[in-house]
Amino acid sequence: MGGLFDRDLWSEVFSTLSKNITRTLLTTLGVIFAIIILLLLLGATTGMKNGFDKIFAGTATNSMFVWTQRTSMPYKGFEKGRDIDFSLDDLELIKREVKEIDVIAPRIQLGNFRSTTTVFRNGQNSGSSVYGDFPEIDQISKKRIVEGRFLNQNDLDEFKKVCVIGQDTYKLLFKKDEDPIGKYIQINGVYFTVIGVYKKPKNINFDGENAVFVPFSTFQKAFNSGNEVGWFAISVKPDKQVAPALNKIKKLLKAKYKIHPKDPRAIGSFDFSQIFTGISVFTITLQGFSFFVGIFTLLAGIISVSNILLITVKERTKEIGIRRALGATPKIIKRQIILESIVLTTVAGLLGFVLSVGVLLYIDYEYAGKGDAPFENPMINFTQLIVTFILMIGLSVLIGMIPAKRAVKIKPIEALREE
Amino acid sequence: MLEIKNLHKSYPIGDSSLHVLKGIDLSVKEGEMVAIMGSSGSGKSTLLNIIGMLDEADSGQYILDELQIKNLTEKKAAVYRNKFLGFIFQSFNLISYKNAIENVALPLYYQGMKRKERQELALFHLEKVGLANWSDHLPKELSGGQKQRVAIARALAANPKLLLADEPTGALDTKTSYEIMEFIQQLNDEGKTILMVTHEEDIANMCKRIVRLRDGVIMEDKKVTQVRAAQYV
Repeated sequence: MGGLFDRDLWSEVFSTLSKNITRTLLTTLGVIFAIIILLLLLGATTGMKNGFDKIFAGTATNSMFVWTQRTSMPYKGFEKGRDIDFSLDDLELIKREVKEIDVIAPRIQLGNFRSTTTVFRNGQNSGSSVYGDFPEIDQISKKRIVEGRFLNQNDLDEFKKVCVIGQDTYKLLFKKDEDPIGKYIQINGVYFTVIGVYKKPKNINFDGENAVFVPFSTFQKAFNSGNEVGWFAISVKPDKQVAPALNKIKKLLKAKYKIHPKDPRAIGSFDFSQIFTGISVFTITLQGFSFFVGIFTLLAGIISVSNILLITVKERTKEIGIRRALGATPKIIKRQIILESIVLTTVAGLLGFVLSVGVLLYIDYEYAGKGDAPFENPMINFTQLIVTFILMIGLSVLIGMIPAKRAVKIKPIEALREE
Repeated sequence: MLEIKNLHKSYPIGDSSLHVLKGIDLSVKEGEMVAIMGSSGSGKSTLLNIIGMLDEADSGQYILDELQIKNLTEKKAAVYRNKFLGFIFQSFNLISYKNAIENVALPLYYQGMKRKERQELALFHLEKVGLANWSDHLPKELSGGQKQRVAIARALAANPKLLLADEPTGALDTKTSYEIMEFIQQLNDEGKTILMVTHEEDIANMCKRIVRLRDGVIMEDKKVTQVRAAQYV
């Protein structure tokens, strides 16, 4: 007996199975459906996950905002209701003290909710928001530059009066098809050269499309904002959590600005990772649930294979008796039945796999990316596939034991008894 | 080559038990051709099953080719059956979805013989029973006599020491029965030891020795002048 790779062993199995094609196919139907259900569920969940991922693509999932508000508690001789303003010096302090930080970009907004801003060209006011920015902001909130480029360090170093404008701003200030690059716009009376136009990506993003970005240093000079910082956009390193970093930063800044450590209002913040965590938990739960449902459906399918094999064994009592009389050991009989179980299940699994991938491709082609539903590229990944197949084959071996045991119990003498 | 001493066997029936073999002594030498006769219930099939290692005696001795046959595991019994014994059944017992040559090759497969050798040897034995041209036919495409000849080829394939035939002509008409008997006689002429259960006198007389069983004991054990089947064919 040449082990598992013996050609005869397999030809024995296949000749037995092909003896009754209809029954073999009917047997496998349960497993085929189970695999289809399992893979479709997994694929749909993946599609949903991809859909959500696409919505949030472009915003670092591990980012946060920190801004100032008014104090709500008196502390160290200061009354409550004091205005706090961050300063650019905080940048170095935070960078130095909070090691979790990957990118930190201070921003300042013109007007800052206090006075009006005018963005003006050819007699048109676009009413855009104007931000003083560091180039790093692009790493936290990715923009699709459609023309020109985004701000760079050089612009800041040389206090260049340049700006990047949103597509809405462009539409308001320029004629259709007019090339904006190199043209001037007026911001609160100061002229800036347009160096780039961005388009809002098709996802959640915290900058609108009607906005103008100028170098932070130029902003300071042009609008006399001194060292003031409106807020910090911060992302943490990939292996770090947002919440602890945020706490550290708040503690640091509260100490610096003499804010009561328990003051909940003085420093405002927004933790983006919380949204993503919520959605990840949702999709992971859904995936787990899909797997759970699918595995039990698969189990039911494999049990039906086992059942049919059990019937087959009964029908084949005589044949098994003959084989035993001719010298087949119990082990050989057992192995053959288990192999039949494995082969039936695997063939069914492959059929189910092909069918469900076909269905997923069709769904992807027909529905994905259309409409507002978060559904994108529904597919199963390699790991899911391998896990499914290992589980399937493992289960088929286990379940195949039942008919195999039954087959071994057949005594040749009883099987061969003449009627 | 076969030595049986004081063999007993009983089967439980409800609370009581049925004593089927009540002390059988039988000795068969190499090259013999023995018919075991008896009415149904005489214990002849039980005796053949024990000799065929398909069943085990309760007590007594069974020695086959100087090998004590006792307390065999299922695996060992399977190996011994394969190595020492060739079975011929009344209803042929061919595997229906395997063609003639595959059926003949099956005991060789269980011996672990390579496919090519197996096919060659199986074809050789099919040729011997005159069915080389039918090697790729399924049992249902063969006549009763042809099926039995395939079964004989299968029994011979592993070159066993002892051929056990359980009513080999029971399912055949007289003419075909004599053809099969002629063939079995030829095998015996070539030196094969043959043990055959039958209840037909004419078939028994084609053997060289007749053992008669009644109620689990040997009533008569005599040598007979062999009637050659060839004269009827």
